[in-house]
Amino acid sequence: MSYKFHQYQVVGRGLPSETDEHPKIYRMKLWATNEVRAKSKFWYFLRKLKKVKKSNGQMLAINEIFEKNPTTIKNYGIWLRYQSRTGYHNMYKEYRDTTLNGGIEQMYTEMGSRHRVRNHCIQIIKTATIPAKLCKRESTKQFHNSKIKFPLVSKKVRPPSRKLKTTYKASKPNLFV
Amino acid sequence: MPFKRYVEIGRVALVNYGKDYGKLVVIVDVIDQNRALVDSPEMVRSQINFKRLTLTDITIDIKRTPKKKELIKAMEAADVKNKWENSSWGRKLIVKKRREALTDFDRFKLMLAKIKKASLVREELAKLKKAAKA
Repeated sequence: MSYKFHQYQVVGRGLPSETDEHPKIYRMKLWATNEVRAKSKFWYFLRKLKKVKKSNGQMLAINEIFEKNPTTIKNYGIWLRYQSRTGYHNMYKEYRDTTLNGGIEQMYTEMGSRHRVRNHCIQIIKTATIPAKLCKRESTKQFHNSKIKFPLVSKKVRPPSRKLKTTYKASKPNLFV
Repeated sequence: MPFKRYVEIGRVALVNYGKDYGKLVVIVDVIDQNRALVDSPEMVRSQINFKRLTLTDITIDIKRTPKKKELIKAMEAADVKNKWENSSWGRKLIVKKRREALTDFDRFKLMLAKIKKASLVREELAKLKKAAKA
């Protein structure tokens, strides 16, 4: 599963000077499509929090963070700040997924579809794995059932690879599962 | 016509698209409306879209997200492999695979066997016709 957004841990600080021999080191965990963008985002956020810029700072480390348990399903809560056509708003969204990157990707696509928000207008404030009892949204809570059972209502009839696709078929497909 | 095959924990399904095409997997948990967590003795547990699965009639008795060992034990207990290979669907897939793997020589031998079988059938039919006429 390749995800568009990767999670990075970026560590940086201001450059040491005569007044400040050992400037404070700051670490951020953020999502970006690649390392270059991650570093850029780091400076963007750090500029807003501290009096430091890329030109008078130094990058100390950038590491990609991978999912520890990609074989278990988790409920992710994502707090975000996004820009709409009329202003900035905060939001809290929940997603069920096996990896945090997967949940973040779901969030970006959902914000794009439901609110027409582009990826660069979204700032992720906080993410957390939520235990099932504390989930707020019905759409995630409906899957918290150890005896879950539902039928698949319609069958998708398609050739097993794109290569075997044909424009015309001899007969209508049977869609009953 | 109610539904007979449900997405449930323990349902055995056949993968019908993608890298794991043709493999039998067990639904071990449901992520959301479109995806399931799926596992099989020969693969790492992973998520898959329901669109890539065709449900079978076979279910095994497991709890939500069992350990690999428990899954294998449950699959043995339910005798998934034999049930699948003896079902008409499973047998058809085996025949299909065998036919795909035939060499030209095999197809020649098949042709001779078909001709022989047809001639034997026709012999018997001729005998029966003669007996009926008489």
